[in-house]
Amino acid sequence: MRDTIRFQYRCRQVGSRPGPLGSSLEADRLACRRIADGGPFVIDAENQTLERIRSGDPGETGRFVRTHIGWMRALATRMLGDPALADDCVQEAFIKAFRAIASFEGRSSLKTWLHRITVNEALMKLRSVDRRREDTIDDLLPEFDQNGCRIEPPWGAIPTPSELLEQKATRELVTAHIRDLPDDYRIVLQLRDIEEMTTAEVADILEISESNVKVRLHRARAALKRLLEPVLRGESE
Amino acid sequence: MMAFADGMRRMIKGFMLKHGPGMITCEEFETFILDYLDGALPPAQRRVFEWHLKICRECRDYLEAYRASIALGKAAMQEVDAPEIDEVPEDLVRAVLDAREK
Ligand SMILES: [Zn+2]
Repeated sequence: MRDTIRFQYRCRQVGSRPGPLGSSLEADRLACRRIADGGPFVIDAENQTLERIRSGDPGETGRFVRTHIGWMRALATRMLGDPALADDCVQEAFIKAFRAIASFEGRSSLKTWLHRITVNEALMKLRSVDRRREDTIDDLLPEFDQNGCRIEPPWGAIPTPSELLEQKATRELVTAHIRDLPDDYRIVLQLRDIEEMTTAEVADILEISESNVKVRLHRARAALKRLLEPVLRGESE
Repeated sequence: MMAFADGMRRMIKGFMLKHGPGMITCEEFETFILDYLDGALPPAQRRVFEWHLKICRECRDYLEAYRASIALGKAAMQEVDAPEIDEVPEDLVRAVLDAREK
């Protein structure tokens, strides 16, 4: 158990050291593989950090909170769309993390572990607010004629996101459309396409099957595409 | 007349896609999109998918807009007035640490 924790910390650390093969990412990966292949690396410093947080050392705990609070707030804000709610979420997430840190086994990196706790906390907040969970998006799905052929008006060249987002109003319109998707779909879309979690991770955290994640994701994307058509066609004003 | 010609064209296209060897209908194409974009389609299905993409203007346009909307959604969300990653809100840090000490 302990060795796994050291392993994770060691891997996180190695990235900053210039590796023999040039890119630090490659060095990171190689070093991780080397460690995984066998050598018992004992990095007492990192291990002690975790131990100090566990024992409630205020300095180490403060450093830990300051290291992670920024991205946790950004994540919570994207998911909840409300800064005050997001701050609540982050605070709850830290409380959960401190409660669970004694049993943190290092099967994932500390950041992955915190990411999961934060997402879970945000999901709980969303459920308690209970927005539009019952809505359907059937009206927004692609259309086919009686021959099974797609009905899709022609598209010319579509501007790039950065061209489209030059206007602040467009950005607000796009995020509003994402938030307007029913939660069941929106959450899957946000976790997969925006937070870049894998299908398996999303399935795991939402406690639904991977095929269910895929169905919801595809429908959410199709619905979003429909909603964003005026923007993509430059007709939103 | 135009509507009639278009109706005929669609009927023939639908028949061809349904019965032609190595072809899929637009509805079948739809069910492959997610795996295609994930790079998870087996080679044989991928070839069929890409062949449909070559011969079907509607699905080609649809897929392009589908991808563009994902990219736009992602870019917009990442630009949201989310607090800066490296911004450390001291009052929130304090609140977290106070809760920890209890
Ligand atoms: Zn088609």
